[in-house]
Amino acid sequence: MSGLVMPAPKADVLARRSEIVAALREIVPGEGVIDTETEMRPFESDGVTAYRQLPLVVVLPSTTQQVSQVLAYANANAIPVVPRGAGTSLSGGALPLADGILLGMGKFNRILDIDFENRTVIAQPGVTNLGITTAVADHGFYYAPDPSSQIACTIGGNVGENSGGVHCLKYGLTTNNVLGVEMVLITGEIIRLGGKHLDSGGLDLLGLIVGSEGLLGVVTEVTVRILKKPETARAVLLGFPSSEAAGACVAAIIAAGIIPGGMEMMDRMMVHAAEAFLGAGYPLDVEALLIVELDGPEAEVNHLIERVAEIGNGLGCMTLRASTSEAERVAFWAGRKAAFPAVGRISPDYLCMDGTIPRKALPLVLSRMEAMSVKYGLRCGNVFHAGDGNLHPLICYDANKPGELDKAEAFGADILLLCVEVGGVLTGEHGVGVEKRDLMPSMFNEVDLAHQQRLKCAFDPEALLNPGKVFPVLHRCAELGRMHVSAGQLPFPDIPRF
Amino acid sequence: MSAATRAASAAISGDRLCPRDEADVAETVRWAASEGRTLDVAGRRSKAALGRAIQTDFTLELAALTGVTLYEPEELVLSARAGTPVAEIEALVAGANQMMAFEPMDFGPLLGQPPGEGTLGGLLACNLAGPRRPSAGAARDHALGIRAVSGRGEAFKAGGRVVKNVTGYDLPRGLAGSHGTFAAFTEITIKVLPRPETVETLLILGLDDDAAASAMSAAVGSYYDVSGAAHLPADVVSRLPAVAGAGRSVTALRLEGVQPSILHRRGKLEALLRARGELAFLDADASRAFWRALRDVEPFAAPLVSPLVSLRAGEVGAGSAAGEAIAASPSPVPLPGGEGEVAAIWRVSVAPMAGARIGAAVRAVGGRCFYDWSGGLVWIEMPGIEPHAPLIRPAVSATGGGHATLIRAGAPVRAAQEVFQPLDAVTGALVKRMKSGFDPAGVLSPGRMYAGM
Repeated sequence: MSGLVMPAPKADVLARRSEIVAALREIVPGEGVIDTETEMRPFESDGVTAYRQLPLVVVLPSTTQQVSQVLAYANANAIPVVPRGAGTSLSGGALPLADGILLGMGKFNRILDIDFENRTVIAQPGVTNLGITTAVADHGFYYAPDPSSQIACTIGGNVGENSGGVHCLKYGLTTNNVLGVEMVLITGEIIRLGGKHLDSGGLDLLGLIVGSEGLLGVVTEVTVRILKKPETARAVLLGFPSSEAAGACVAAIIAAGIIPGGMEMMDRMMVHAAEAFLGAGYPLDVEALLIVELDGPEAEVNHLIERVAEIGNGLGCMTLRASTSEAERVAFWAGRKAAFPAVGRISPDYLCMDGTIPRKALPLVLSRMEAMSVKYGLRCGNVFHAGDGNLHPLICYDANKPGELDKAEAFGADILLLCVEVGGVLTGEHGVGVEKRDLMPSMFNEVDLAHQQRLKCAFDPEALLNPGKVFPVLHRCAELGRMHVSAGQLPFPDIPRF
Repeated sequence: MSAATRAASAAISGDRLCPRDEADVAETVRWAASEGRTLDVAGRRSKAALGRAIQTDFTLELAALTGVTLYEPEELVLSARAGTPVAEIEALVAGANQMMAFEPMDFGPLLGQPPGEGTLGGLLACNLAGPRRPSAGAARDHALGIRAVSGRGEAFKAGGRVVKNVTGYDLPRGLAGSHGTFAAFTEITIKVLPRPETVETLLILGLDDDAAASAMSAAVGSYYDVSGAAHLPADVVSRLPAVAGAGRSVTALRLEGVQPSILHRRGKLEALLRARGELAFLDADASRAFWRALRDVEPFAAPLVSPLVSLRAGEVGAGSAAGEAIAASPSPVPLPGGEGEVAAIWRVSVAPMAGARIGAAVRAVGGRCFYDWSGGLVWIEMPGIEPHAPLIRPAVSATGGGHATLIRAGAPVRAAQEVFQPLDAVTGALVKRMKSGFDPAGVLSPGRMYAGM
């Protein structure tokens, strides 16, 4: 592990390991408690494999009641808990702790209710993202957020990370598509937020839970809305001689009032990598390639495809191809969807970054990244959710070369700081986790972070849920609770008063 | 402080604090916390009658924090200070063929206030939405970033200015619907979207509530992108001018977008729904009037009662008489017809197919209602002065979940029942801990949402 510092393991918890394992076996009998090193090994990391740590013990509950009892026990005994779905996090959100229980939610794998009339699905958190769509596809419905790991990632993990995908601009992120949760607090208390209805009528606690990265509670049931699959979807490939021209095309499409279902950009390196990987038929003479997908009623899609083509032609695109069949549309996407494995083929290792920027800053950010690439001596390709400004630079390195991981991480941090500098954010959809934790002060000052942590204190005053994630410094809640006011100071002489 | 403001302040009673900027807001709240004073957080007081009736030492009016600070149409983003009128923002973005897609309702007509007085801060504090809620979301879904001052008197920010952002807790969403009880917003960044080129509405006439729910479910669950689905029973239709001539119930399905698409979808929907009842249409102009009136609950509007909202810094033309009215009755805003004579208004959200069950329960005791959100949002008008919570909330629970909020009633009726959907014990305790983290001295609108918080 590179320079990552996690909270020091509690010696008393480590010393009581066998007692803790025995107590957990009382709660989750049989194979639900795993404590041998060999069997715990698969849980030592998530999608960020550069960081590894064996947990104290792995617990795989199968009922809400068991989750409640495990958390109540952990709370009573001051044992940290790290929740985990499928372990596909790209920010180290499910990285175990040496003194912590790893709470795997994989056994919560059932869909509980499908309601086409109200357009909702109730699923247990271990159901995969794609599993929800699969369950309703025969009626022509789907679940909109589609992170690229959707075949494996779980809906519970999606709630924890507020996962996105390529269709966010039009259909929203997880938070816009989740209607309700059942969750267990660290005390073991069980609460329900939302349901098949919309909004809460008051405080939006559900909005706070989505994207809280497992720091506030453990979700044991999720209600999502499902949508009718669009009648038609067609994609256009547009190749441009520069990223500026491609960026101008994206801006012009939106200025024309068109919100595509998906709008992706790939730079030259990624186009070539994808083409070499699976021969998607991408043009190799372009500096930037756009994939613009229009979806909806057939008449609308055909109308808008023509308008997008006009816009592209007006801005000097070198290649323009609109899909004329479903097979062709899928082929257009195949290269983009294989971008990561394609890079895996040309580089032994890579880091995938996840900043978001105002779209207009793209040319500046790309040129500064090229300079960084030279400075660090590492190649970097870019795929970009152009509609919503979410940038995924892929930094190529070789973990077997001493120092290259550190260099790649420094390069990645520089990119994220650049995103913040141009008005963007550290993470668009992968989460802060441990990966971006120490960069949080570049976006938020002490007061901002203290307000976020006070929410944490209301849910989990002893900081037992996923400690070491998201926040660079763990303040004690008692310290955050103090209010510094100097009584008798007044009275804001400058405030206009009636 | 300008001379004009100073002069104005001298003219009116002493319970209104009007900070000019975020630093003033922070200083005011710090002072109140150290002095043990309480503040009712407000913009232009257009929604002062919402929530529980409370008494505070001062009203913290953010009406002077105005101005759009960033608008980049091609980036689909707008930032404005919290006191900026929503109407001003709507006009600005309309100039670039854009809109707030969540179609925020204007509470003015319902609360006996002039239209167009709400502010951006109030819009998020009340998590406003409109008929497009099921497909486009509410204010919560479009808030990208906030600046705010908590009850600690500290200014903080959360979120950002980009659509896709998971950096830190989602406070812009978490504070949506907090009615000023956790923090006073000072600046908000929202997502804006292109306006649809045109709109049409397909009407089905004469359906009962259950048949309407089924028809709306079929339409919204079709391929044809219905962006509004509402049902007005016959006894409410007469109160909505755009459809008053129908003489029987009206089920309305809105189609928005480019003309070729609307033509296509209208044909398909007609084929899908023809067997269910007689069909009719509203053209673009009639559609806009209909959905706006529906959004603002005009069938249940109250007569204009009060020039209160014109009482802002530098704008005291309404005179000191109204100012004295405020001093005598800081909130709620008095309602027309005297206390007790005004019909109570409830807003209920349940699963779309369950709305008709709520409607049946209220009609059985002489109430009226209509439905938006494909049946899931039920606006209810109840006669009489007895509390209706014991009727409505169990009916909501019986559907499997939802919430019921008392929106308008005379003061005694409001005081006799919980205004917001009560929280269960565990959630209530959690919310109290959150409140004490953000506002340990209980400065900001204490009691506005829940007693003792």
